[in-house]
Amino acid sequence: MRGGVGTVKQLPDSRSAVVTRPLQRHAVPCRMSAALIALLSVSGCSGGVLDAQGPIGAADAKILLNAVGIMLVIVVPTIIAILAFGWWFRASNTRARYRPEFVYSGGIEVVVWGIPTLVIMFLGGVIWIGSHDLDPFKPISSPDKPTEVQVVSLDWKWLFIYPDQGVASVNELAVPAGIPVHFSLTSASVMNMFFVPQLGSMIATMNGMVTQLHLAADKPGEFYGQSAQFSGDGFSDMNFILRAVPQDGFAQWIATARQSGSALDRTSYLALCQQSSNVRPFTYRTVDASLFNAVVNQQLPPCPGPNIEGPGATVRPRLER
Amino acid sequence: MFGKLTWQAIPWDQPIPLVAGSVVVLIVLAVLAWVVIKGYLPYLWREWITSVDHKRIGVMYTLLGAVMLLRGFIDAIMMRSQQAAAFRAAGYLPPEHYDQIFSAHGTIMIFFAAMPIVIGLMNFAVPLQLGVRDVAFPTLNSTSFWLTATGALLVNISLVIGEFARTGWLVYPPLSGLPYSPGVGVDYYLWALLISGVGTLMTGINFVTTILKIRAPGMSYLRMTIFCWTALAANLLIVAAFPILTATLAMLALDRYLDFHFFTNEAGGNMMMFINLIWAWGHPEVYILVLPAFGIFSEVISTFSGKPLFNYRSMVAATMFICLVSYMVWLHHFFTMGAGGNVNAFFGISTSIIAVGTGVKIYNWLFTMYGGRIRFATPMLWSMGFLVTFVIGGMTGVLLAVPPADFLLHNSLFLVAHFHNVIIGGVLFAAFAGITYWFPKAFGFKLDEGWGKIAFWLSLIGFYVVFMPLYVAGLLGMTRRLQHYDVAAWRPWVLVAGIGIIIMICAAACQVVQFVVSIRRRDELRDETGDPWDGRSLEWATASPPPPFNFAVLPDVRGEEPYWEIKRRAIETQQLSAEPKYEPIEMPRNSPTGFITAFFCTMTGFALIWHIWWMVGLGIVAAYAVFVWFAWRDVTEYSIPAEEVARFDRARRQAREQWLAQHAGQPA
Repeated sequence: MRGGVGTVKQLPDSRSAVVTRPLQRHAVPCRMSAALIALLSVSGCSGGVLDAQGPIGAADAKILLNAVGIMLVIVVPTIIAILAFGWWFRASNTRARYRPEFVYSGGIEVVVWGIPTLVIMFLGGVIWIGSHDLDPFKPISSPDKPTEVQVVSLDWKWLFIYPDQGVASVNELAVPAGIPVHFSLTSASVMNMFFVPQLGSMIATMNGMVTQLHLAADKPGEFYGQSAQFSGDGFSDMNFILRAVPQDGFAQWIATARQSGSALDRTSYLALCQQSSNVRPFTYRTVDASLFNAVVNQQLPPCPGPNIEGPGATVRPRLER
Repeated sequence: MFGKLTWQAIPWDQPIPLVAGSVVVLIVLAVLAWVVIKGYLPYLWREWITSVDHKRIGVMYTLLGAVMLLRGFIDAIMMRSQQAAAFRAAGYLPPEHYDQIFSAHGTIMIFFAAMPIVIGLMNFAVPLQLGVRDVAFPTLNSTSFWLTATGALLVNISLVIGEFARTGWLVYPPLSGLPYSPGVGVDYYLWALLISGVGTLMTGINFVTTILKIRAPGMSYLRMTIFCWTALAANLLIVAAFPILTATLAMLALDRYLDFHFFTNEAGGNMMMFINLIWAWGHPEVYILVLPAFGIFSEVISTFSGKPLFNYRSMVAATMFICLVSYMVWLHHFFTMGAGGNVNAFFGISTSIIAVGTGVKIYNWLFTMYGGRIRFATPMLWSMGFLVTFVIGGMTGVLLAVPPADFLLHNSLFLVAHFHNVIIGGVLFAAFAGITYWFPKAFGFKLDEGWGKIAFWLSLIGFYVVFMPLYVAGLLGMTRRLQHYDVAAWRPWVLVAGIGIIIMICAAACQVVQFVVSIRRRDELRDETGDPWDGRSLEWATASPPPPFNFAVLPDVRGEEPYWEIKRRAIETQQLSAEPKYEPIEMPRNSPTGFITAFFCTMTGFALIWHIWWMVGLGIVAAYAVFVWFAWRDVTEYSIPAEEVARFDRARRQAREQWLAQHAGQPA
């Protein structure tokens, strides 16, 4: 197996962003797995998790493929043996020798405990190193200062706050390509999961808690993002576009955002807090700098659930559409 | 007077649940009317509803599981068709209905389909394989069953009165808390599982006691079948894990009913505690289901290969190894909650270590087939399908145990495909293998092989056509539980899965036809010998169906495969063992305790859901009164006279004499 355990690559200089395509460079260890790998490759070129567009996603996907490769080495022969033994020792096959006394073999016992143990020890190494290298809380090493984004999941939309720029957006996330992004995430109500499949690792958002995530996009592009944790009736529309833009484009985006939209203060936050789904992206021109912390440490109470005033609302509450 | 319950609780404005519910109510009423008019009610009451016979209870468990399997399958059809239709469209199920369907699908399939079938097969086969007359606590066994039925009933009542949970099958707070789920759905979930969970815990206690304390003479631990070993492991897991479930759900109920703050966002509660606790039950639960499944495959593969199980002791070790390690892996269900590298790595490695035990089992089955003389009857086909399918599911499972891979695939359709791969390929295939294998023992005739084989092949193909595309959709980033979606790349795969579900519908139809055809042709399929598959363990040493007392005299066990050895001895000596001295047998009397207790528990659960407090009090007092009434009973057993035992056994011996005459020329 070449390539070994995936590690987080150092991001290239942002001005000469190099596209990383782990699939094309990945060495497949087992020829018999060609069919499966073909299937994976099909999904690899159409916007999935194997079509990674950033260093974290590429490293995650590399570990994924390595693990599949390691396991196929024993899985494929096992499946062949199952079918072959079943076929050869069928009752109607007179050439197969019936050996009802063959019920124990010390040698086979050593092998059947030994081989899975060795494979798991090897895989255990992959797991140990991978878990530490790709811990979502771990920063990406890069000469550039990461872009800070605070993420608040609401019922059922995403609020992105840019504390350094003083703007915010809903269901739209613009980040400079080639520079790491540091996300601090929380939830205003129920649990959600922030996930941009092509950029890699997802992470939970939980009320009263902050999780951290470091991602980067190699080059400009638009990436689908979603919640990967069911959060209620409006969940299916809880997706967003992550726009990785060139650095000057990002400055422009910030400038545009500063000139339009309303201000995000505590009053407008409480309005945003109400349950709503399928929310079109929009931006806030300014943002209350203490808002994120106020949500986290519960100075702002958790956002309300469905209205329970109407008839039958405490029996079968309905989503207002 | 009736708490929150008003006419508005019935979804008059929603045609799908209303029509579905009315049809179910009509069918139930029709069946009840038929039973009453035909005069079967006294028979049902006497022989089944109040029965404490482990075989009857096993059959009722399995029947309950099969009916609920059908109900859960209808949910699955609705989910697949909704997703197939809902590309850039709303589909035909609004979110508040779709969310109930996937929550009900998971809840029903795990708690009221898979669990009852697995427990039913254990109930039926374990005492027979141990060579004894019943379980340790027969009336408790009946109560366990009826409490499980209570849970199933409550979940199904939610179809027409109120709603079911809209939170997913594990009701994570805060979503399941009162502010975000003010309806009665979560309450239905809580009380259904709290009540049926008590029943399951009692089953666990019952079977651990039975296996540890009640075995035929000579049946040492290392002579028990692997099915008994896996039943022991599964029931040990039940005893250790179900109290966690009950406590966790009770805390959530306290949050919802009495404003406690165990899992709330404020006042010091923490929802992560719920997720940890629920999976501390939830992962052992996976093994509660799959270990007995492994046991069934062990029996089937050994019997149909005409060989003892390869490396029996290694198999026992692997079973207990899995039983133990299954407690140390629960965190792999939420690697993405941000626990950090050390914690994730520990649980990732411990999870993949389980694959060692499972791998050992796979190889031992493989070498059981090696040198065998394999007959591909329907149970063996299910076992072969399992071996191949489960290896693939195991591989994707270990893949998800690698945290960085899980960071990409968690909660995706890849995960959905993985656990269906192991639960369908493992538990469901085992259920069908076990039902086909033990059906002749329970009813005295075999199931039709032709329809059984068609059902197998359609299920196998249907499974792959549904779930392989979902693996791909997951790799394309599609998350689970989407009521509609806009991403074009996912669509073809979702559509193929939709075609697969049509194949599955055909498979389910063939299963039903198999039972209908077999019952109609039962005289041709009759098994007179009590040993239709040339079996090796003790359940085949008695008649089909076995008498209430199972064995005329308790078998004398001298090895790992007692019945195989008895048969070899008979062939060698060309005669059956000498006729034993028959004695009267004491058997436990039937009791309506379980049924009546469950009736009042249903009343209590329903009243709690709808806040009808007087009915809650009434139900609890009455359920307890039934227990007291039972505890005060004077006569606990009845006696079966020696002549009746002798009459039964002589008839069986006559059948065996005929069998021996047919095998006269066969070498030992």
